[in-house]
Amino acid sequence: MRVKRAISGWLVLLVVLHATVIFAGFFSPYDPAEQDRKNPYLPPMRVHFVDARGRFHARPFVYSLRLHEGSFDQYEEDTSRPVPLKFLVRGASYHLLGLLPARLHLFGVQDERIYLLGSDSYGRDQLSRFLYGGQVSLLAGLLGAGVTLLVGLCVGAVAGYFGGWRDDLLMRLAELFLALPWLYLLFALRAFLPLAVSPLQAFFLIIAVLGAVGWARPARLVRGVVLSAKERDFVRAARGFGATDAYLLRRHILPEASSVLLTQAAILVPQFVLAEMTLSFLGLGVPEPVPSWGSLLSSLQQYSVLASYWWMYLPALIMLPFFLGYLGLGGELQQRREPYKIGKEPGGLR
Amino acid sequence: MKTTSANRLSRRVFSSLLFALVALFTQPISALPQQKNSKEELLVLPGETGRSGGRLVVSLRAEPKTLNPLIALDVSSREVIGVMQADLVHINRATQLTEPALAKSWKISPDGLQYTLVLRRGLKFSDGSPLDADDVLFTFRVYLDEKVHAPQRDLLIFDGKPISVRKVDAQTLVFQLPKPYGVAERMFDGWAILPRHLLEKPYEEGKIGQLGTLTTPAKEWAGLGPFRLKEYVAGQRLVLERNPYYWKTDTKGNRLPYLDELVFLFVPNADAQVLRFQSGESDMISRLSAENFSVLSRDQKDYTMVDAGPGLEYNFFFFNLSDPGEKTPAEMVQKQKWFREVKFRRAVSAAVDREAIVRLVYQGRGTALWGLVTPGNRRWRDEKLPHPARSLEEARALLKEAGFSWDTASNGESTLHDSTGRPVEFSIIAQSSSSERSKMAAVIQDDLKQLGMRVQVVPLESRSLLDRVTQAKEYDACVLGAASYDADPNSDINVWLSSGGLHLWNPSQAHPATPWEAEIDRLFNEQMYARTFEQRKNLYDRAQEILREYQPMIFLASPDILAGAKKSVGNFRPAVLEPYVLWNVEQLYLENDAVNATR
Repeated sequence: MRVKRAISGWLVLLVVLHATVIFAGFFSPYDPAEQDRKNPYLPPMRVHFVDARGRFHARPFVYSLRLHEGSFDQYEEDTSRPVPLKFLVRGASYHLLGLLPARLHLFGVQDERIYLLGSDSYGRDQLSRFLYGGQVSLLAGLLGAGVTLLVGLCVGAVAGYFGGWRDDLLMRLAELFLALPWLYLLFALRAFLPLAVSPLQAFFLIIAVLGAVGWARPARLVRGVVLSAKERDFVRAARGFGATDAYLLRRHILPEASSVLLTQAAILVPQFVLAEMTLSFLGLGVPEPVPSWGSLLSSLQQYSVLASYWWMYLPALIMLPFFLGYLGLGGELQQRREPYKIGKEPGGLR
Repeated sequence: MKTTSANRLSRRVFSSLLFALVALFTQPISALPQQKNSKEELLVLPGETGRSGGRLVVSLRAEPKTLNPLIALDVSSREVIGVMQADLVHINRATQLTEPALAKSWKISPDGLQYTLVLRRGLKFSDGSPLDADDVLFTFRVYLDEKVHAPQRDLLIFDGKPISVRKVDAQTLVFQLPKPYGVAERMFDGWAILPRHLLEKPYEEGKIGQLGTLTTPAKEWAGLGPFRLKEYVAGQRLVLERNPYYWKTDTKGNRLPYLDELVFLFVPNADAQVLRFQSGESDMISRLSAENFSVLSRDQKDYTMVDAGPGLEYNFFFFNLSDPGEKTPAEMVQKQKWFREVKFRRAVSAAVDREAIVRLVYQGRGTALWGLVTPGNRRWRDEKLPHPARSLEEARALLKEAGFSWDTASNGESTLHDSTGRPVEFSIIAQSSSSERSKMAAVIQDDLKQLGMRVQVVPLESRSLLDRVTQAKEYDACVLGAASYDADPNSDINVWLSSGGLHLWNPSQAHPATPWEAEIDRLFNEQMYARTFEQRKNLYDRAQEILREYQPMIFLASPDILAGAKKSVGNFRPAVLEPYVLWNVEQLYLENDAVNATR
């Protein structure tokens, strides 16, 4: 009972987090590519309830920021005029779930602009970029993990079930892929592609590369499970009754691998999200101005940004619950599968 | 009569005897540089007098490839050579005007063809050997030799004919030009005078191009600059020491330079340079980005940060207007149809928000540009060149006139189409190593989105970008920058002339592709040989106006020259011309020895 509740706890956390990202258009106040050129590197605005004169306001408000006298990048709060926060306002248009055109946003302000996570070097809202960027990064992680597991499942099942030369060939191939420096592979791949790649093409390229290089580890895992499963008594019995290979695999052997795969998925998703971030960080991911978590962090490569604008780190902090959620879920799945043998399973949590 | 001629004879004998005597006595003495030699004609530099001694450390972005001025191309090599060598006539980087250097005076014949230069007397190379007219003759013979492949050689060729140099006496030289040259004595700036006694033999053996590597023993290399080679540690630093024979003094008669040592640290990355400077490992820093400049200004501890104002760097955006070859894909040909339309280019120019570029890219430490000459170039900028404000309405009107139209999607986003209904889409390449130019491309991308153009920004590594632009010519549009090395427009000759390799939108043309390019060629050539500054300026202004009218280059912005030094560095006066902080290296000094003793 206790274990089951924990799983649902992590799941609930993940569902909530993903929902905010999926409905990024609603939760973010602005379009992620919209440049507010008067306000580059604006620090996060603080939400106030008590104004400069000590009066309490029931409706939260922010103070707009203005440049500090004689400075190009130092801002201070303009306390003369509070800007009240409005909820469920109409603003920039977006497509809900990529389909439904909508204009409704959770919050916003009138006449001014609100930056709860500050703005970047072009004056783009970091909060909106984080939420929209999550769509790219998380989807890349999920799809990448999906592709990897599918390929891994097929390869592992074939290698483990049929054995012999097929096993040797596939496993040597898997070892080759494990040894491949995938980052350099990607550099090379990028050099062969046409100059301008649209964001969508770049996105699928990333997923293809992530899937192509990541299948080896799950394939080995599945092979191990299949190897042990095919010698089980009920499988032998089924074979004795004349079951075909396909039936045996589908009905008896692969279900054995399902819990391994689920655990793997929970571990692989954050791994692939990180991989996508690495690529975008290096400028090989989806091109600007489409945000992704990696490109959000890539400005931290510059010393001046590191030293001057602390809020550029915030996206990294906010990503933590996503990763924790997946890893926690992975751990719990593992525990449910083998409640008494945690850590003894070869090829488990890594 | 007799007496006079006898007198004269005896006087001549006497004077030559005296000369021989003087020579006899001065020879051993002059080997010691501390001794004042009355026959030395030293240059007295005005300005604040400093104190001698100490070592100054600066960072270099890359290891210099060579110390040999005949083959140096990279910025680091040029920077180091700049402090080790000297020229006949020098352009003062602060005033942007010429000043006597190794030549104490010069005269230009009325027809503008003959330049007579008189060398200072008693000058010596950094190894103590004397300089005379033969060294200068040798120098120009080598620069002009085709086999040496000196990169500057073209500047000595006028209409296919080389300049010729003749020695009149040990101190006097006559330079004969095939054509009058508008640049006049400025052309002598930057030609390092080479030591004949060291280089003549290798030159005759055809090995001069292999000389001057960083590992050259210090004794085998000499120059006329304020510093000479001392030590090179591969991958770490290059140490130069004071040239005791240097030919400048301060107003109190102290020999320059003040510094005992000048150390170049090799720090490959701009951010690492900032960190070194912040930690006190280097004393001066230049070529700072605006962002790093404000980081340093903010924690201003014991350093002075200087914004020297706009420099000579100009950043621009251009479309590929090169001749489509037979192999060019049809899509490219189609795109070039838009790019060739003047109204299209004008519309793009009108839509670009230059003020935003200055603010976002340079944090306000820069100037918006509408022409190639930056405000930093005080003599040559065209005051009459209009500075139209950004106007999307004008851009839309121009596009409409050129037959483009818009489609509006359900969400209010409009797409621009050409007259055949194709959506306007192209990509901009930008240097991935320059965050500034990548940012400019991103701003332009957003500006053009508002005109309904779908633009993608492609970051490329610098070398492959230049290859694409100048060799393969496979690109749509590009954001790039260049810096004139001199205030004189002739330093940008490769950009202007249609035959030039850096005539970026359509480089190295056999014949000018358009009438207006032919007109620019004509104006530029005429300007080169015009006699007075006013004539040249008028012709040059006209060329700039043509550029503005046809917009083959859409000029964006010019950054300020930003530099910093420890407070203890005296005479720190950054200039907007290269080398920004080392131009007066002989006058730089350290105020407090204690600072150095700890190092």
